[in-house]
Amino acid sequence: MIQPAVQLRDIVKRFGSFVAVHPTSLEIPEGAFVTLLGPSGCGKTTTLRMIAGLLDPSEGEIAIKGRRVNEVPIHKRNLGLVFQNYALFPHRTVAENVAFGLRYRGVAREDIRRRVAEALALVQLPDLGHRYPRELSGGQQQRVALARAIVIEPDVLLLDEPLSALDANLREDMRVELKRIQHRLGITTVFVTHDQGEALAMSDRIVVMSAGRVEQAGPPEEVYNTPATEFVARFLGASNILGARVAAAGDGEVVLDADHFGRITLPPERARGVGPGARAKLVIRAEKLGLSPPGAPPGDGISIDGRIETVDYQGQVARYFVRVGDTQLQAINMIDEHPFSEGDAVAIRLRPRDCAALAGDAT
Amino acid sequence: MSGWALIRIWTVVVYLFMFLPVAVVVLLSFNASQFGAFPMTGLSLRWFGELWANEAILRAFRVSFLLGALTAAISTTLGVLAALALVRYDFRGKNLVSTVLIAPILVPEVVLAVALLLFLRFLQMPKSFALLLLGHVIFTLPFVVLVVQARLVGIRRDVEEAALSLGASPRQTFFAVTLPLLAPAIFAGMLFAFTISFDDITGTLFWKPGGVETVPTQIFAMLRNSISPEINALGTVMIVLTVGLPLLGAAIARRLGARTR
Ligand SMILES: Nc1ncnc2c1ncn2[C@@H]1O[C@H](COP(=O)(O)OP(=O)(O)OP(=O)(O)O)[C@@H](O)[C@H]1O
Ligand SMILES: [Mg+2]
Repeated sequence: MIQPAVQLRDIVKRFGSFVAVHPTSLEIPEGAFVTLLGPSGCGKTTTLRMIAGLLDPSEGEIAIKGRRVNEVPIHKRNLGLVFQNYALFPHRTVAENVAFGLRYRGVAREDIRRRVAEALALVQLPDLGHRYPRELSGGQQQRVALARAIVIEPDVLLLDEPLSALDANLREDMRVELKRIQHRLGITTVFVTHDQGEALAMSDRIVVMSAGRVEQAGPPEEVYNTPATEFVARFLGASNILGARVAAAGDGEVVLDADHFGRITLPPERARGVGPGARAKLVIRAEKLGLSPPGAPPGDGISIDGRIETVDYQGQVARYFVRVGDTQLQAINMIDEHPFSEGDAVAIRLRPRDCAALAGDAT
Repeated sequence: MSGWALIRIWTVVVYLFMFLPVAVVVLLSFNASQFGAFPMTGLSLRWFGELWANEAILRAFRVSFLLGALTAAISTTLGVLAALALVRYDFRGKNLVSTVLIAPILVPEVVLAVALLLFLRFLQMPKSFALLLLGHVIFTLPFVVLVVQARLVGIRRDVEEAALSLGASPRQTFFAVTLPLLAPAIFAGMLFAFTISFDDITGTLFWKPGGVETVPTQIFAMLRNSISPEINALGTVMIVLTVGLPLLGAAIARRLGARTR
């Protein structure tokens, strides 16, 4: 087995009697881009700071490249750290900021100059070395912070919401940029965010956290398509969660009788932990519900009738709230084809293979 | 007449009342005649010359400068360390320590002066220059602590954490990041300590050993004998020093600060 770049073994962090991180184990493979995703206060920063050595875990062990680092202070861990607010040294020029880590590594003067220039070129700021941080825009400052962190060739790059201080357009650009640089250098990266879009777009693996616990860890598609818990289903994108009864399970398929949609057959990997005779929760992504005018040919899925209650335009797509019996469903559709309005009767289409099921009763 | 006009006039009167005597002293220090009276008989630097020739006054200046400089050095060192402890670390009794450090500005100086003197009596130690210095450090320390603390709160912790993550040890981080960012505040605190010490008379009168005079106590002593025009000249020099130094300091601090914001 290949050794993981970072390994957390049953780490716990308590602040007084408050448990910020419950026993958590995590493996971050060499070269991977792993995102810690979760709502505010779920313990992302706390976990990252424990890896960085800025916080001591109350229990458990942290290993970097197979070496236990619990007792190693931060300045000997060889990590790159990027903060939400850039944290550049205001009294040093851009070039001096980037050179900072190399100075403490005894790198020769001309090598420092070359590597600083390379790093600044990599983040596409080749000509700004002589400026002071306050003379840069937020996006430029964050690029400098990134250059400063990667120039020392750290074992792991740790980023705590590095994009959230930037405005929306810039954030998109920086997202692409960051991913490009990470890919190019092949550097192991732990990225913290509460933005699911960022997490899905950038990560090799997503670790979804809630209230100090890991809810699910896996590749983006897996976390998105087959959420392990209702929390994950609701946190990543908009989901509909319906009650269902398990009619049959086994023989390579799980058969559910779901509210409104009736009989739905799922492959077992989309219905983990769902046993026969029990109740289950059917998870349907909002963008998997297709709306069409009533009476249109049904195609290869299930079709039920509903009525549009509210429309929320979001540019290319619209989010529709559709009434079906006693339930309101959310559907996110492109609006180029069928722009529906409030009060319209619609047919709601669903392909069973786009659903997932969780054990337990819907609330 | 409107209320605002009244307030304006009143303000002007108050300021005149406060600053006119100072202006008179400065003016008379350039008076050619022996007796301070208006109209002045002519301009002259005669009294400044006499100051320069007065051995007692020169000695007092040397004492004041030495005392001020030592006070500034010690207060600043202790003040910076105290501010670091109070802002960056959590320890038991932090609030108590903070209050005790600031207390000397809240307690009337006479009370502080007598208390320290009584304490020394109790320990059966004689008055000395060291005691005088100790006294000055005690009541200049709060100013340094307050100024440095205010600046330190504004230095984001993550800048220091960034330095640590880049491989600088905590000590290297302090010297490479924290100290340069603190410099304007340290400089300001140092000037405060110096001018406050240089200016002080109440505590100094209580604490100074026999035969040692600072500039303010020297003026005080001279006033008891006679009103010599030399005193006006001395007053002018004092005003220039105690007003000019902080102004100069503020200008330098602003330039330092502009680079580090
Ligand atoms: N020094 C501390 N003392 C006490 N509680 C703390 C401390 N630091 C964090 N916490 C608590 O631990 C929990 C997790 O905090 P953490 O900063 O890890 O959240 P987060 O997931 O990074 O949230 P955000 O997205 O808002 O940054 C929070 O409830 C927080 O109040
Ligand atoms: Mg956080």
